[in-house]
Amino acid sequence: MTDFLQHLVNGVSQGAIFALIALGYTMVYGVLQLINFAHGDVFMVGAMVGYYAAKYTGAAESPGIPSAIGITLLAMLACGLLGFTIERVAYRRLRSSPRLNSLITAIGVSFLLEYGGQFLVGPNPRKADVLPTGSPLTLGGVSIGSVDVITIVASCLLMFALQRIVFHTRMGTAMRAVSWNPSVAALMGVNVDRVISFTFVLGSVLAAVAGILYSAKYAKVDPLMGLMPGLKAFVAAVLGGIGNVPGAMLGGFLLGVAEQLVSGYVSSSWKDAIAFAILILILLVKPTGLLGRGQPEKV
Amino acid sequence: MRRMSAKFLVCVLAVAIGCKQEQQGGGNVGGADTAAIKVGEVGSMTGTEATFGTSSHNGIQLATNEVNGAGGIKGRQIVVIALDDQGKPEEAATAATRLISSEHVIALLGEVASTRSLFMAPKAQAAKVPMVSPSSTNEKVTAVGDYIFRACFIDPFQGYVMAKFATDTLKLKKAAILRDVRNDYSVGLAKVFNDNFTKLGGQIVDNQSYSSGDVDFKAQLTNIKSAAPQALYIPGYYTDVGLIARQAREVGLTVPLLGGDGWDSEKLYEIGGTALEGSYFSNHYSVDDPSPRIQEFVAKFKKAYGGQVPDSLAAQAYDAAGMLFDAMKRANDVSGPAIRDALAKTKDYRGVTGDITMDDKRNATKPAVVLRVGKGGKYEYSGRIQPEGTKETNPAAEPPKKTEGDTAPNAAPGSRPTPTQAPAPGATTSAQSAANTGQRQGVPAGEHSKK
Repeated sequence: MTDFLQHLVNGVSQGAIFALIALGYTMVYGVLQLINFAHGDVFMVGAMVGYYAAKYTGAAESPGIPSAIGITLLAMLACGLLGFTIERVAYRRLRSSPRLNSLITAIGVSFLLEYGGQFLVGPNPRKADVLPTGSPLTLGGVSIGSVDVITIVASCLLMFALQRIVFHTRMGTAMRAVSWNPSVAALMGVNVDRVISFTFVLGSVLAAVAGILYSAKYAKVDPLMGLMPGLKAFVAAVLGGIGNVPGAMLGGFLLGVAEQLVSGYVSSSWKDAIAFAILILILLVKPTGLLGRGQPEKV
Repeated sequence: MRRMSAKFLVCVLAVAIGCKQEQQGGGNVGGADTAAIKVGEVGSMTGTEATFGTSSHNGIQLATNEVNGAGGIKGRQIVVIALDDQGKPEEAATAATRLISSEHVIALLGEVASTRSLFMAPKAQAAKVPMVSPSSTNEKVTAVGDYIFRACFIDPFQGYVMAKFATDTLKLKKAAILRDVRNDYSVGLAKVFNDNFTKLGGQIVDNQSYSSGDVDFKAQLTNIKSAAPQALYIPGYYTDVGLIARQAREVGLTVPLLGGDGWDSEKLYEIGGTALEGSYFSNHYSVDDPSPRIQEFVAKFKKAYGGQVPDSLAAQAYDAAGMLFDAMKRANDVSGPAIRDALAKTKDYRGVTGDITMDDKRNATKPAVVLRVGKGGKYEYSGRIQPEGTKETNPAAEPPKKTEGDTAPNAAPGSRPTPTQAPAPGATTSAQSAANTGQRQGVPAGEHSKK
């Protein structure tokens, strides 16, 4: 039983990171129907910025909470700018062309960031010291690291903040309007370009937080680190119902838990295969994802 | 436009002619040729195992410079052409092909990782180019063909060393294994450790796996923790091992971790930090070994690379290159088959990592050391283990020493018990290696007292 709870806790803390990345996928998809494959690499850039900021400010020697917050804000700023630039340079011109073109461009941007990063900083994994690690907390035989607690809390808070932005602000209303129908929204006086830029910036900022938390949790940063988490977050977004904010969250947690349980009780070699098979089954039963309710629910 | 294409044509021609001449120079081996002898090197200069490649490269460079400084081989200088495979097996195969077919190298050095050596070896074998792997310990590597050699011991031995060390020195009864299923090396070590640990009276309480590149190992570690082992054997590579060590402590698994030479990198402690302290791994040599042979090498290496301390991969690569050059000197000519024959006859080559003798499967027979990860990531020498069934060291050459509960240096079963079974760390190594040296090569006993 303790083992099961431990697997569950491990899964939730891993899933929290998938969830944070999935939020970015789901928002961009909701507004643009574009699968932004470069999102996982924006996440990597967030982690990289965090790594270098910690290294050059000397925060890596004695990581503390204030310096971690500062570094996270810096990474958020950098990723926000990156997200804005990617949309402005790569996607905006293709908005009216067939969707396949944008998809391929997204893959191109993804490779550009991965291998450009590899060229700039080298492919070697490095160790990030952003958050203080501290000793793990133990509750009835189940231990949980302080970084895991921060990850879970931060991702839940950010999801609520996002939900609030989408449903209770003018910009959120505009986002939903654009998602519903961009040309009609434009006719109603919504600045579509601005809304889309905002969506990208918001998604990228969340990816930056995920990047920092990931690098604190796993202590390993390299230019190709965004590949698998990005892919899994995408699956999490689809599982939860792409375009749906709580759905992305739920999908992330489910995927994390499924992976941990499969590695714990079956074999780690099977974890991706079985976890993804479960996802396929869920999608066969509910093609719009767990919380997806067809078109009107998207954001 | 027309002029440009004309110019272009001239350029192409010039390059083509240049290539042709180069080929003639390099391709014509043996005889009174004075052109440099080309040797190829394949290594992971970048990627998750980058320090393996760069360390090995430094070792090979050092050996090459020494040979060239001493006048080269058969009056010809040695040029090492190094290619990076980024740690990818298919890249290693491509690099080997490129070195053989377009650079016309006469021998290959590399790869460190067994998986990648296994991709390279068939290319070398097909082209009859002798290949010497400095540190690929998987058995299958040299089984590819009679042109494939190695300058290190093989997996069964490393697995055996750790099993022996765990049962004899650490007095452990229960161990768990966490192996990398995507890595031949890791699977090989895990299997032999499993067999030997059981044979020596221990019990494997859990057997888990991961895939290299994974970042989350908590599920496996949670299971291992509930199986309550006294130690965890992780025969993986340093990046993964560092992460595993951290996460092991996070799930509350506090037993010592055991491993193999894949741990040997400065990055290991950088990633794993204090989580690794008190862990042990088997290795090819120890920098702390006071024997003059090793200290001389360490000093030379530090001088050449700005104070950098050579890890075992550097030492192994130095030995591999040295062994190859030695064979080239002994060979009748510098053709593939001649060098192959000379390599196969290598006997008691005085390498930094020990005296190397080729067995009939082209594997090096030599001892292993066990290192302990101490405070601040310092590797402390904690014992030397001889190959199973090797000849005993000459007791007369060994100064008597007090037992200090350290590892038995002579692991061979049925070996004659000697008063030096468990010598003190530090002095141990020198005495032991000196004893070996003395016995195998007939070095006068007087030399030992100096160490």
